Amino acid sequence: MDTVTESQRTLYPYVTGSSVVAIKYKDGILMAADMGGSYGSTLRYKSVERLKPIGKHSLLGASGEISDFQEIMRYLDELILIDNMWDDGNSLGPKEVHNYLTRVMYNRRNKFNPLWNSLVLGGVKKGQKYLGTVSMIGVNYEDNHVATGLGNHLARPILRDEWNENLTFEEGVKLLEKCMRVLLYRDRSAVNKIQISKITEEGATVYPPFSLKTYWEFSAFKNPTVGAEVHGSLLVVNEMKQNFTWISA
Amino acid sequence: MDKVDFNAPHSMGTTIIGVTYNGGVVLGADSRTSTGVYVANRASDKITQLTDNVYVCRSGSAADSQVVSDYVRYFLHQHTIQLGQPATVKVAANLVRLLAYNNKNNLQTGLIVGGWDKYEGGQIYGVPLGGTIVQQPFAIGGSGSSYLYGFFDQAWKDGMTKDEAEDLVKKAVSLAIARDGASGGVVRTVIINSEGVTRNFYPGDQLPIWHDELEAHNSLLDILGAPEPMNI
Repeated sequence: MDTVTESQRTLYPYVTGSSVVAIKYKDGILMAADMGGSYGSTLRYKSVERLKPIGKHSLLGASGEISDFQEIMRYLDELILIDNMWDDGNSLGPKEVHNYLTRVMYNRRNKFNPLWNSLVLGGVKKGQKYLGTVSMIGVNYEDNHVATGLGNHLARPILRDEWNENLTFEEGVKLLEKCMRVLLYRDRSAVNKIQISKITEEGATVYPPFSLKTYWEFSAFKNPTVGAEVHGSLLVVNEMKQNFTWISA
Repeated sequence: MDKVDFNAPHSMGTTIIGVTYNGGVVLGADSRTSTGVYVANRASDKITQLTDNVYVCRSGSAADSQVVSDYVRYFLHQHTIQLGQPATVKVAANLVRLLAYNNKNNLQTGLIVGGWDKYEGGQIYGVPLGGTIVQQPFAIGGSGSSYLYGFFDQAWKDGMTKDEAEDLVKKAVSLAIARDGASGGVVRTVIINSEGVTRNFYPGDQLPIWHDELEAHNSLLDILGAPEPMNI
């Protein structure tokens, strides 16, 4: 008797990328991600590019399973190729690419075989800036600033406070770096090798990788147990005054 | 009995390494195949040929890694005939990726593809569980590799010579064997460059002695200096 093979389903990811953070700024979109590929709790790969230009008008950032991201890149390469082959002067903009990705992710989810990624799609076409995100279950939306994974919890609050429509390139980069630094402090799977990319009407640029300085010189870090000394058999805890300041480069 | 966590990445019995040097690549592996606690084969060859100029280091399930290698060898053979010249390392690695990715739910094998071609020289590609493909200056894999991340972070240098690279690989596999129960036996290396392929074989006595290890002897009696019993 022939047995029916159970339809395939991805149960869990193996090699994963951590958060992506992106913002709209004056001239277009700025996007940042680190270059880590984690294998469970091991920080196994440290030079994985997770930000890629798509066609002339878009940038894709991905977190989650890297093999699925590599497959998505193959789908998009084919999509862009066919778009170019029409040779009709038209080219897929970020809105269209985002829609395509949403359909792909949602339909895979419906078959219980998701592409295990959270994607950020940003771009500029005819002066219109676009920034959207799609999750592995097909949840999609646009906003002035988006993030994936832990970035939603750590970076978005900073962006809600400090983002504005008229950020210059320098201000935008500093803001993204602030977010990436927090992720470096507080996300176990973050790696200190970061790529920032931008897309404007002129085109996409992925900047070379760099590392961020981190700050550890708080007195409370150097002497964490000051004020909690033991006197005889009594534990005396004094009120500790602590000063915190944001340190940005 | 403790429940097995199926969601953690499975560690794989073996130590495999691939390293580029200026001129080619050196692949290395241990030789232990285990079924549970029993060592089924203590002298296996985990470095498998795909073409004249591309080899693959296999880890994880022996069956899965063998069948993937067999398919890739078959496809590469056809590809070479149709192309009219040796396949590139990149093509070989991508074929491995294709099989690993499209069958990700049914395969449990991590592979390191290494070789030399006239376009890009020596290249190493890692294809871990899941079917990600990552080109690297050096790659480590298998359960024994856990003990080598720190070692390579410190010992790896760009632009090594062939001998330096082979020494590094030998040392590393040997260190992993010392600490990983699922790795053992001999160290095999394969060197691939423009001149061709060289296979080497290093049993325990040709490898360095590490911490808490002792030199091997035939018998205690040799050490004691007592006269050997007569052999009749």
